[in-house]
Amino acid sequence: MSRKLMKDGRPRSPFSMVTMTILAILWTIPTLGLLVTSFRTRDDAATSGWWTALFHPFSSEWTTANYSGAWTGADLSSGFINSIVVAIPATVIPIMFAAFAAYAFTFMDFPFKEFFFLLIIAVMVVPIQVAFQPMLNILGPRGLGISGQYIAVWLLHTGFGMPLCIYTLRNYMSTLPRSVVESAKIDGCSHFQTFWRLVAPMSIPAIAAFATLQFLWVWNDLLIAKLFLKSENTTVIVKLQQLLGTQGQGQELLTAGAFITIIVPMIVFVTLQRFMIRGMTSGAVKG
Amino acid sequence: MTADTSAAAPRQKMRVDDPNAALRAHPAKMALGLGGMVVVIWFLANLFLAFGYYPEKFGSKFVIAVLAIIGGVGGAALIFYFLNMFVEALPRRLSEGVIPYAFLLPGLLLVGLMLIYPTFQTINYSFANSDSTAYVGLQNYKTIFSDPEFWQSVVNNILWLLIVPAVVVAFGVIVAVLSDKLSAGGEKVAKSMIFLPMAISAVGASAIWLLIYAYNNPGQPQTGLLNAIWVGLGGEPQTWLAIDTLKLNSILLMVILIWLQAGFAMVLLSSAIKGVPEDTVEAARIDGATELQIFWKVIIPQIKGTIITVFVTVFITVLKIFDIVYVTTNGAYGTNVIANLFFNKLFAASEAGQATAIVVVLLIAVTPLIWYQIKHFRDEEAGR
Repeated sequence: MSRKLMKDGRPRSPFSMVTMTILAILWTIPTLGLLVTSFRTRDDAATSGWWTALFHPFSSEWTTANYSGAWTGADLSSGFINSIVVAIPATVIPIMFAAFAAYAFTFMDFPFKEFFFLLIIAVMVVPIQVAFQPMLNILGPRGLGISGQYIAVWLLHTGFGMPLCIYTLRNYMSTLPRSVVESAKIDGCSHFQTFWRLVAPMSIPAIAAFATLQFLWVWNDLLIAKLFLKSENTTVIVKLQQLLGTQGQGQELLTAGAFITIIVPMIVFVTLQRFMIRGMTSGAVKG
Repeated sequence: MTADTSAAAPRQKMRVDDPNAALRAHPAKMALGLGGMVVVIWFLANLFLAFGYYPEKFGSKFVIAVLAIIGGVGGAALIFYFLNMFVEALPRRLSEGVIPYAFLLPGLLLVGLMLIYPTFQTINYSFANSDSTAYVGLQNYKTIFSDPEFWQSVVNNILWLLIVPAVVVAFGVIVAVLSDKLSAGGEKVAKSMIFLPMAISAVGASAIWLLIYAYNNPGQPQTGLLNAIWVGLGGEPQTWLAIDTLKLNSILLMVILIWLQAGFAMVLLSSAIKGVPEDTVEAARIDGATELQIFWKVIIPQIKGTIITVFVTVFITVLKIFDIVYVTTNGAYGTNVIANLFFNKLFAASEAGQATAIVVVLLIAVTPLIWYQIKHFRDEEAGR
């Protein structure tokens, strides 16, 4: 162990070390259990706990059949593709619209500015459930007739993600030096140019932070996908939820299925964690 | 805020230029901007409707997704480009006044369409029948208020709200403080392990925890961790999620959410604790304060703001808690919550009137939080 903390004169804290080790292990055990179980045969998993396999790795049977079963048999593969198709546009599109709005809120002065921004803060708290029945009517057969298609879900995630995105980006942009924008203006740049050449590139950290949060939120969403996607377009999370509903047959596929749904957000999360923490600690908090 | 300088800059420029230039409109540029906007919006609307109506024409899902990203991002950029062109072609003074609204419009329009309009429409529907075709007065409210399931859900929601945010915050503070005392490497590893569940969906987390709460008949080996421990201690195997004595099953479901949210609380609180000036802690230590006293009297008061932020954020999440209950028990054994009741009324029972009435109750419950968030924002801006 490095002795970094010794430098400022604080002694090592054995109590912290023991407690944190226990907590970290405690927090990992549930996921570990899932991972181990997903590689066990159906019979093994039904007759002994996953920890026995971990303690006797060589006498227990290991298999990847659950994964192939879940991927093809339970058709998680099509759900997986759908999830990607749903999540990427639903992450990217709101940022464009929100970034311009955030620019206006940060660098422009206009009547009712505070009113509009308070409106954004207020709708961050409003439960998205309010939107479901009206949006089912607008997007459904009584309205546009696009409910069930990807476009319906992109639209909804764009709308629902917008307040947080505007809020996050505005908070970040207000930390940028205002003089940069002022001088661009004096040099004859239009707002569009200033936004595109100066403010957008400087806001990349906040954009990355929001994109990570929004991607996790869209990928992990159950409600919107279940209500607004027809079954052949549905996401991997809805597929997993349907697997959870089945008893007996196919139970062994469940753990593998669950792990398949987790793996993509996990990779995104681990790679972009740094950005996300920075964004979160600068006020990007989902309401 | 530097409202004065930003308003002054264009005025200065105007004086240098031909004075009439500021007042003149540029009809050609205006027409081009307006025309461009109309064409882009028309094209995008058709493209996106085509995704909806004729998905098979595009060959594969990925083609649709790629086109959607290009169309969405490129289209948005083009809309703003033409919008900006149009607004700049207006007489200068008018243009300066209009351009902020032009930048806001698309974003606010989406928020208006997806969140503000539906809020009022939902309130409207809550007075209508099950397919929103005729008004029924207060009938929906009478129905849900006389339903014991509704009141049980309210009680459960309150219980969730009392327990989860408090536990998450307390846990977050403890972990943040303890990990701050570890070596840099140890802190990083421990925090990553606790933070990781944040990437997991509520459905995935439920699958993980259902494994822990699994039940096998007595005499058989217990495959669920909780029952294995319980039996190991000499107990009888239990169907944990069916036990509503002392709301045990609800509490076990809360554990899932606490497990998911703890990392989030830890990250925010940890960065707040790192922001506590070292000399305040040092001064207390020199004055002979114990570690516990330093924690309560020096650290906690200085991270109070973050504690409240985390509390409110988790509180709002808990208020809308749905997925975990839906996939584990679907509200059986007395575990129902408001958002799950809403979903079942809307989705399974097709009772739009009652479902929207339930949302209105939820909406009323969050109103104080809206007020709080606005106040919090104003205080923060004042401190900037």
